Amino acid sequence: MKYRSRGYTVFTFSNTIFLTLLSLVCVLPLIHVLALSFSSRAAATANIVNFWPVGFTTDAYVKTLGNSMFLKSLWIGAERTVLGTVLSMVVVTMAAYSLSKSNYKFKGRQIYIWVFVFTMLFSGGLIPSYILISKLHLIDTIWALVLPPAVSVWNMILMLNFFRTIPEDLEEAAFIDGAGHLRVLWSVYLPVSMPSIATLSLFTMVFHWNSWFDGMIYMSNPDGYPLATYLHSMIVSDNLSRIGVTLDSIENFSNRTIKAAQIFIGALPILIVYPFLQKYFVKGIVLGSVKS
Amino acid sequence: MAAYWRKTWPFHLLILPALALVIIFQYIPLFGVVIAFQNYEPWLGIKGSPWVGFEHFRYLFTYPDGKQVIWNTLIISAFKLVINLIIPIVFALLLNEVRKTLFKRAVQTFVYLPHFLSWVILGGIMLDILSPEGGIVNRVLNAFGVDSIFFLGDGSWFRFTVVLSDVWKEFGFSAIIFLATLVGINPALYEAAEIDGASRWQQVISISIPLIMPIVIVVATLSLGRILDAGFDQILNLYNPLVYSHGDIIDTFVYREGLNNGQFSFGTAVGLFKSFIGFILIVISYRLAFKLANYRIF
Repeated sequence: MKYRSRGYTVFTFSNTIFLTLLSLVCVLPLIHVLALSFSSRAAATANIVNFWPVGFTTDAYVKTLGNSMFLKSLWIGAERTVLGTVLSMVVVTMAAYSLSKSNYKFKGRQIYIWVFVFTMLFSGGLIPSYILISKLHLIDTIWALVLPPAVSVWNMILMLNFFRTIPEDLEEAAFIDGAGHLRVLWSVYLPVSMPSIATLSLFTMVFHWNSWFDGMIYMSNPDGYPLATYLHSMIVSDNLSRIGVTLDSIENFSNRTIKAAQIFIGALPILIVYPFLQKYFVKGIVLGSVKS
Repeated sequence: MAAYWRKTWPFHLLILPALALVIIFQYIPLFGVVIAFQNYEPWLGIKGSPWVGFEHFRYLFTYPDGKQVIWNTLIISAFKLVINLIIPIVFALLLNEVRKTLFKRAVQTFVYLPHFLSWVILGGIMLDILSPEGGIVNRVLNAFGVDSIFFLGDGSWFRFTVVLSDVWKEFGFSAIIFLATLVGINPALYEAAEIDGASRWQQVISISIPLIMPIVIVVATLSLGRILDAGFDQILNLYNPLVYSHGDIIDTFVYREGLNNGQFSFGTAVGLFKSFIGFILIVISYRLAFKLANYRIF
């Protein structure tokens, strides 16, 4: 195809400029915060920092990483992410394997699917869930953060749709060799679906790392906050009493460069996995929307 | 029956952990909604708390804040729905015109990024850059001679900021589905149009847009089903008492009144009202999407 008209050349030129500006708008806020976090406190207070540090210093990071509350929440955030992702992937993969079988092979499959899908449509809401968690004595435990969201029905549907694309001959051969279902799931299904499993795991990790609200309601004590919750109460709601800050350290906490450093550390794991995510997610979304 | 179990027990067993988790954490709270019809007190439990019928629901509609909250939810949501549809379509059409693969990939990398950052991070960033005291956005406005705007502290600006920042976060990611459809259009259609002397603009109007229409209808109807979700995460990270009158939505209201103020029954009633309407809307929207564009999730 050739587009040689003058109008089209003008369009291409302005389109390129427009899209470049749009891209910049998406990342500049983050770059500004990064620049702030490496700037001196005086420069930040004087509002002269734009997209490059002024009076370069790593002071904010030194202070942040020397803050035991911050480190604790960083650790809890990592812990819930790993535990939550592993648990969720194991449970979802096992169920998806069974549910991917044909109605002929597994009668009753349809009933299970509706039991799961119904939870996407209707939920008891915030308060009954909170009452349940407290009745189960899960308040202040990591299980309150990893068990309720473990069954992601959306991931389950994506995975079972993927499992259905695996040729039946593969598993038939394994069954003839005397393998059981667990063995087939482990040695036939998992190796061929590694890319999808990796994609869904990454999405689950991002979900857990970003979740903050459950931490806020299920942890009665800021000692148990995962990083996202800690950042919410420190930076967004600025609730110093909740975090139990003593007067002499308030000065540090209200410091803009330290806030910027904390925001950036909170975003860093996402930025690190982002290239891997990007490689897969377009494929994953298209894959999920393809019906068999 | 015995033969059935002998053949299928491994399937049931593999589903069991997921089923148990769903029953405990999703279905049991469903029964917990009965407290919406009680004056629930934690120390009395569900069995011991007095029943009050529909009193809490009546209260929601007579209470001035109740109506305001429903209105805020609908207006914020409606604006988000329309703008979150139009901008991604326009963006996808523009990006689809880019011939240089490297540039296209670079743009995609940048615009998809905000989708993956949480509202805690973005809320923190926005509080800083939108600050009326030297936030970078207001500094730019001042440079053009515009007075500083209190984006997050002024009621009418707050709604605008909420809608705009949501579009900013999601437009790239929402465009993926349209881009995938555009890329999938058979090039022969464009070639034929070209031979007939159609300009590029005419090709977009008569080929690209009609062919993405089915998916546009699907996305629009499905988001209509979630119109009562105005963005809990986002608003909880951006709002403050100054803007409750314009920014408080059903979900944030349930959280504050129900959990923070300990009105468990009232909060549950409001949440149940929302879930119920939301359920009906989702069912209708899926039916509509199926009717209009033959869409099914599985």
